[in-house]
This record gives sequence, structure tokens and C-alpha cells, in this order.
Amino acid sequence: MARAVSTRRKWIATAAAWVVALVIFFPIFYMVVTSLKTEPEAIAGISLIPSGTFENYVEVQTQRDYFKPFLNSVIISLGSTLIALLIAIPAAWSMAFSPTRRTKDILMWMLSTKMMPAVGVLVPMFLIFRDTGLLDTRIGLTVVLTLINLPIVVWMLYTYFREIPGEILEAARMDGATLMGEIVYVLTPMAVPGIASTMLLNIILAWNEAFWSIRLSAANAAPLTAFIASFSSPQGLFWAKLSAASTLAIAPILIMGWFSQRQLVRGLTFGAVK
Amino acid sequence: MATRQTRTLARLMMAPAVVLLLIWMIVPLSMTIWYSFQNYNMLNPAMRGFAGFFNYVYFYTDPAFYQAIINTLFIVVGVLFITIVGGIALALLLDQPIFGQGIVRILVISPFFVMPPVAALIWKNMIMHPGYGVLADVSRFLGLQPVDWFAQYPLTSVIIIVAWQWLPFATLILLTALQSLDEEQKEAAEMDGANFANRFWYLTLPHLARAITVVILIQTIFLLAVYAEILVTTNGGPGYATTNLAFLIYRTALLSYDVGGASAGGVIAVVLANIVAIFLMRAVGRNLDR
Repeated sequence: MARAVSTRRKWIATAAAWVVALVIFFPIFYMVVTSLKTEPEAIAGISLIPSGTFENYVEVQTQRDYFKPFLNSVIISLGSTLIALLIAIPAAWSMAFSPTRRTKDILMWMLSTKMMPAVGVLVPMFLIFRDTGLLDTRIGLTVVLTLINLPIVVWMLYTYFREIPGEILEAARMDGATLMGEIVYVLTPMAVPGIASTMLLNIILAWNEAFWSIRLSAANAAPLTAFIASFSSPQGLFWAKLSAASTLAIAPILIMGWFSQRQLVRGLTFGAVK
Repeated sequence: MATRQTRTLARLMMAPAVVLLLIWMIVPLSMTIWYSFQNYNMLNPAMRGFAGFFNYVYFYTDPAFYQAIINTLFIVVGVLFITIVGGIALALLLDQPIFGQGIVRILVISPFFVMPPVAALIWKNMIMHPGYGVLADVSRFLGLQPVDWFAQYPLTSVIIIVAWQWLPFATLILLTALQSLDEEQKEAAEMDGANFANRFWYLTLPHLARAITVVILIQTIFLLAVYAEILVTTNGGPGYATTNLAFLIYRTALLSYDVGGASAGGVIAVVLANIVAIFLMRAVGRNLDR
């Protein structure tokens, strides 16, 4: 009897959860469906079965040169992530393994820089970029994204590194390992999963960043966020093509995101919720 | 164990990160403060000079400023309300044993990974469009008059879009917190005859309090700065109906070329964010001590 009740309960919960999940996912699903329709079909009322044309994907490339902003997005998000990791790994390392009285204060201070609203420094950043010729360059955007994500990267790495047991270090030291040896042969292999998750989350954040990347770029360095936003101005009826471009823009990140759910919680709450 | 040498090395390893963030924090912010006291319009760069508090008076007495503050608050409070209440409900639902849990989780979390311009354009064109949107189709099917969302309820529309993006975040974090709730405690409460409402109120909710605080604080930081969603849907309009503080500053800076005015606006945005930040830092810092 008890089992029958709980099975029924499971089915009810399942049905409810699926309905809610499908409603939440619907806009994304509908975008993908629309991207497979022809333009007249796209505005011909709700229909979940497209005629299945891939024309839009081809046209997004031939008419709007989709590959260029895509490449910009790849370069900027990967570049800023790698640079941030290079700077953050040593910092997080020393904070996790040779903490001082001030380590906690430094960490909190780093986090506080993340709280600064972008609009608060929009004017000076715009002027600095204009005067140094960094406006609408990939280098400029990479630098800004490195800086805005650096605190999160340091924090995430720190929470991962702190979980590596210190005794292993001491054992290595007893065996006569130098500090460099310790880092390269003992700690790095243990730290790889943490570094990989940090990298994943940071690429996602950099890819989707939509304030600086829109405001500090134009035709040349525009990543996908700016490219898609540029579709908003002409009230044209080319939703199928817009959907195709959007699908291409979010697909890689969506897939990466699915794999990094757990790390996401940790990274975005600075270890406050695990 | 730590020798002087390793301590020096530790400092050197931290130096690049600390120095870079120090520059990033101090240079642009002090420039903002400096410009906020300057007469400086990019269209008329020759006319420059000390302006005293003119920019502040000008920006803060602009009727658009009050509207922007109110809109900012509505967006923050509206989205927080939807995402916290919805997030708790969803987390409770997903915490049940269900078939296909993995896929359901993936579907629910997905909107969070959609870049803001894409999210905004899907909703604007394909869901909320008064002529061709899905909601209009549904209304017509039910024999109702389709709603022209962005004309009739512009701010609500923006709130819906932003809430759709942040609901997954709240759900995921609350679900993670929920899963750390001790099974035995739940069972004990059940055995003692506590019904669902009681268990939720006296056991689950207190357990979630910390996660809820974290969600509120982190979302507030981002919600104060909602920008791309407004840019691609309403462009701040109609009138100033969907202009929040971030958007007003952008408008002043890059559409009116008023460096001084935008900087004065930037200063208040920084102050506002800092008030929230202080609370967030306390919550995170307390966790660090444990």
C-alpha cells in the first residue's frame, strides 16, 4: 500500500516537474524551431513543426558574416579566461597554502571590486579606451573581461585549492621536493579539476557578458552579444535568421553550462553555498 | 614551517592579481569622481572647467532620475520576488524523486546560459510580440484580445524577461541547499506528525535562509545593472518607462555626450551597489570563518 502511494506521488511530481520544465525551456525550444522555418512561416502563427530548412544558417553567414563575431567571442572569452587563470593561479595558490593574517581581508577586498557597477565607470573607461585606441579592439575587451572576472577566478580557485590536504605538501617536502617541484609534480595534478571548472565557468561568464562587450565594441571587435543586439534596431521580419544566429550563439555555452551546474553554484556564490 | 623565503615568494605570487585589481578599482573610479565635478561635454570639449556640484544638482533634479530610481527598484524587487518564490517552489518540486530528473534539471537551468540580448530578443519577437508572438496566438485562440506587452506593460515585460533568466540561478542554488538538508531530520519531523506546511515552515525554510540571503544579495548586484535586456527591447521607453539607473547613465554619457552628468550618476550607482555589497560581504565573510 505504502509503495503504491509513493509511486503515485512520484508520477504526480514527475508530471508537474516536466510541465514546469518544458514551460521554462519553451522560449529556447521555440527559437530553435523558428530557426528551421522559412521567414513567412516564422510569422505565420504558432507551429512547432518547421519545414526544416537550413537556409537561415547559411544566410546568417553569407549575409551577415556570422563567423566574424563568433571568432571575436571565442578569442575574447578564451583569451580573458586564460590570462585571468595565469594571474589568479599563483595568487590563489599562495593564499590557500601560505595564508597570512591578511589573506581573508585580501580575498574580501578582491570580491568587493566585483561589486562595482559597470555604469559607475563607463565614462572613464570609454574615454581611456578612446584615447588609447583600444575602442573596438579585441585586446581592449579581453583586458576588461579579464579584470571583471579576475575576482571570481581567484575565489573559485581558492576554494578548490583549500580542499587539497596540506599533509601531502609536507610529505613531498620531507622527500626533498623543492617548492617548484612541489607545485609542478604534486599540487598541479590535484588541482586540475578545480582549475578546469573555474575555466569553464569563466568562459561562460565572459561569453555572455553584455555591457562592456556591447559598449566598447563596434564593427571590428564586436562579439556575439553585440552582434545579436544589433538585430534589435530594424523592426524587420527576419526572425528565422535572427533565431538561427541566436541558436548558434548560445549553443556552445548552453552545452558547457549543462556540464558545469555544480561548479556554477560554487563559483557564483563564492563558496557560500555548496 | 614557512620560512622568510617562502613568505616572500607567496607575496610575489599574489602581487600581480592584487596590483591589477587595485589599479582597476582606483583609476576609473577616481576618474568618475573627478569628472563628476567637471563641466565636460564631448560635443564641446573646449568648454571645460570646474563645475562644483552642478552635475549632481543637474542629474539628481532631473525628473528622469526619480523615474529611473523607481524603475530600478521595481526591477530589483519584482525579479527577486518572482525568482525567490518560484525558485523555492521549483527547488521543492525538483527535490522530489521524479523520472528523468537529470533532463528536467537541464531544461530548467538552461535560460541562465542564454546571453541577455538573445533572451530579450526571443521574448520580444517570438513570445510577446502583439501580432506574431506565441502569447498573442494563445490569446486569440482563447478568444481574447492580444496584449501589446511592450506598449501596455513595458516595465512588467522587462521584469518577466529578466526573471526568466534568473529563475534558474535561484532554483539551482536553493536546490543545492535543499539537498544538504538532513534526511533524518525530515523523517523525524514526519514521524512526529508534522504535516508538509509545518515541516516547510519550521525545518526547510530556516535551513534555506542562508541560501536565500545569498541569492538575494548576488542577484541584487546584477539586477541593479540590468542593461542589455532594456537596450534591445524598449531602449528605455516608451518615454522613460523602462529606463533604470544604469540605462539613464548610459544615455547621459553616450547619447548626450555629457561626461560630467553621467559621472555624477555613476557615483550614485556605485554608492547604491556598495550598500548591497556590504551586506553580501558580511554573509560571505561569515562563511569563511567556519
